[in-house]
Amino acid sequence: MPTLPTRRCATAAATWLPLILIASGCAYLSGGGTGGADPESAECAPFRQWQETSGGTVTIYASIRDEEGQRMQRAWQRFTECTGIDITYEGSGEFEAQVQVKVDGGNAPDIAFFPQPGLLHRFVDSGDALPLPDPVRERAQRGWEEDWLSYATSGGQLYATPLGANVKSFVWYSPEFFADHGYEVPRTWEEMIGLSGEIAGDGVTPWCAGIESGEATGWPVTDWLENVMLSQHGPEVYDQWVDHDIPFDDPRVVEALDRVGEILRDPEHVNGPFGGVGSVATTSSQDAGQPILDGECAMYLMGSFYAAQWPEDTEIAEDGEVFAFNFPGVGEGTETPVLGGGEWVAAFDDRPEVTAVQEYLATADYANRRAAEGSWFSAHSDLDLDQLHNPNDRFAAELLRDPDTVFRWDGSDAMPAAVGSGTLWRAMTNWVNGADSEDALGFVERSWPRNE
Amino acid sequence: MTPAPMSSVARVRRALTSRAASAAAIVIAIAWTVPTAGLLVSSVRPEERIMTSGWWSVLADPTLTLRNYEEVLFARDGSGQLASYFVNSFAIAVPSMVFVVVLSALTAYALVWLRFPGRDWLFVGVFALQIVPLQMALVPLLRLLSEGATIGGVEVLPAWELRGAFQFTPVWLAHTIFGLPLGIFLMHNFVAQLPRSLIEAARADGAGHGMIFRGIVLPLIAPALVSLALLEFLWVWNDLLVALIFAGGSVEVAPLTVRLAEMAGTRGGEWQRLTAGAFVSMVVPLLVFLSLQRYFARGLLAGSVKG
Repeated sequence: MPTLPTRRCATAAATWLPLILIASGCAYLSGGGTGGADPESAECAPFRQWQETSGGTVTIYASIRDEEGQRMQRAWQRFTECTGIDITYEGSGEFEAQVQVKVDGGNAPDIAFFPQPGLLHRFVDSGDALPLPDPVRERAQRGWEEDWLSYATSGGQLYATPLGANVKSFVWYSPEFFADHGYEVPRTWEEMIGLSGEIAGDGVTPWCAGIESGEATGWPVTDWLENVMLSQHGPEVYDQWVDHDIPFDDPRVVEALDRVGEILRDPEHVNGPFGGVGSVATTSSQDAGQPILDGECAMYLMGSFYAAQWPEDTEIAEDGEVFAFNFPGVGEGTETPVLGGGEWVAAFDDRPEVTAVQEYLATADYANRRAAEGSWFSAHSDLDLDQLHNPNDRFAAELLRDPDTVFRWDGSDAMPAAVGSGTLWRAMTNWVNGADSEDALGFVERSWPRNE
Repeated sequence: MTPAPMSSVARVRRALTSRAASAAAIVIAIAWTVPTAGLLVSSVRPEERIMTSGWWSVLADPTLTLRNYEEVLFARDGSGQLASYFVNSFAIAVPSMVFVVVLSALTAYALVWLRFPGRDWLFVGVFALQIVPLQMALVPLLRLLSEGATIGGVEVLPAWELRGAFQFTPVWLAHTIFGLPLGIFLMHNFVAQLPRSLIEAARADGAGHGMIFRGIVLPLIAPALVSLALLEFLWVWNDLLVALIFAGGSVEVAPLTVRLAEMAGTRGGEWQRLTAGAFVSMVVPLLVFLSLQRYFARGLLAGSVKG
């Protein structure tokens, strides 16, 4: 038994500690709030049209967190200071599951950033996400190409504006390594295969590859397959394939997958210093590209976001240690196929301050401020390219706005989740490990939800 | 009982105290501790070493640094700030624990020593609630708190508009609700073991229920209270799911666990922070457990021996 004095102490502590914590909590909470800027000042000029909105708080929920989340909040800070609209931002790694819980629980955020159009359409179909108000829609149509907006359109209504973008058809390589050995950046698939043979002949494994990613193991192969589908068969067939208007194991898809196999399943072509074809499935997609820096492999297909994975002192430039080229087209064509992704800004409420924030996020002013914070680009057609400090961001943004570019969203994000983030990953992992192309694609075809 | 089972128990006991069993126990203990030790070693290694080599290579290359801890605790906005989430974790765990312990003890006393109709049904009901998975109640409870309840056009419960420190209320409420069935059940068993004569003697001397509860029952079940408090505190401190749903991720209310889950960055590239972050969040449960473990053992034992 505890002696009386200690017990009295413990009881006192148990009674007072919560109160003290609550009191201190109150103090530190009420101390919050950003210092407002003078609404009449020149700094606030770009925000004049939203100043009539009488303040208020807007909650935003998204999967962007940590460093990237902070940069985003710094980008809209001036907007909040000048208009008096507070933005409460919350980023979570559990976004995809939690946003459903929040909406079902009647606690929906005012605005959510959806990383996949498929998820957005679930809320459009249930009637929770609201169509864009007219001023926001007009801004979206001025800022983005139809290629983009079609992914957020349902029944003739536009439901979301694009925010950031990423490009998934990047092949990372080392310009220094290429220059030292006299290699040229390939412009067609045939040149790329030729180059791979040449590098292999010089004693270096040309490709690094790694598809291990925990529960999501296999997803990098879907990028390979989508890139080849898009560049070999063109955007129309690609759309039919993603929408399941043609079978998933159509002969054209088998042909594309076999083409991917020319690189991923050829022991001459993979896998840098990690081992043979068998090591592709066990190498982490985060680490797989790193040997490029040491000249132990020459190329790595991975989205533009891989830029963040290079060590901090790496020079990313067209003549630096690493850079990227766009996945070359299969055969001749004037169009440049680009595969990519990004976020969508959709609203669950239409209070004036929510609409104001949504409208601001669709402006070039926001895009420029966000770009100035670094490591970001968007497909906004009025984005000031000089704000993009990283050469790879600039390259990607130029690619996206090039009139010859045919942009398509990452197909596996637009397919039903059971396929796009389920059976397809599994099938591709099996395929890398030696399964037959037709069997692997047939497995995905049979798993496609029937009731859609 | 017959002697045969006793001797088999004795055989088991002998087997368990033999040298081989001790050796096996030590091996298991080491195997169990190695991952944690690896985490500890990793947390004091520089970022590029963590990324490129295993923690065991520290033997060959002993470069140690406290940078990871500095970064997660105090770094500029974005990477760390664990210090402020630390406060949130306390603000969630301590009140939730107090509510559960106080309400459980009171309810247990009432269930055992107060005579009222339907008492047995109530106890069985509470007991049955233990098997309801809390995941089932998350969305309905959240909806109740955020939208209120309206029955037949009459507003029974208004929607809660919580500001400031009261933003913690939904988490407290949720943890209290989810913790009570087990708490009441445990406390009931302790309170029911107190000798009836003790309570009756007190009543004969003219003590009311309040007096009996405070003067006799509370001191006698103190070890059980402490072990329940410990259990509840550790449970709430380590909880991620309830906090995610009822507190959300903002810096004002989110506890350590929520922050820890996000700390690796949007694409998981900064996972070296997790090593130090995990140890920061582990410190409090460790301290609490080590300082109170004798009560814990006593509380568990008290339940196992019929008095």
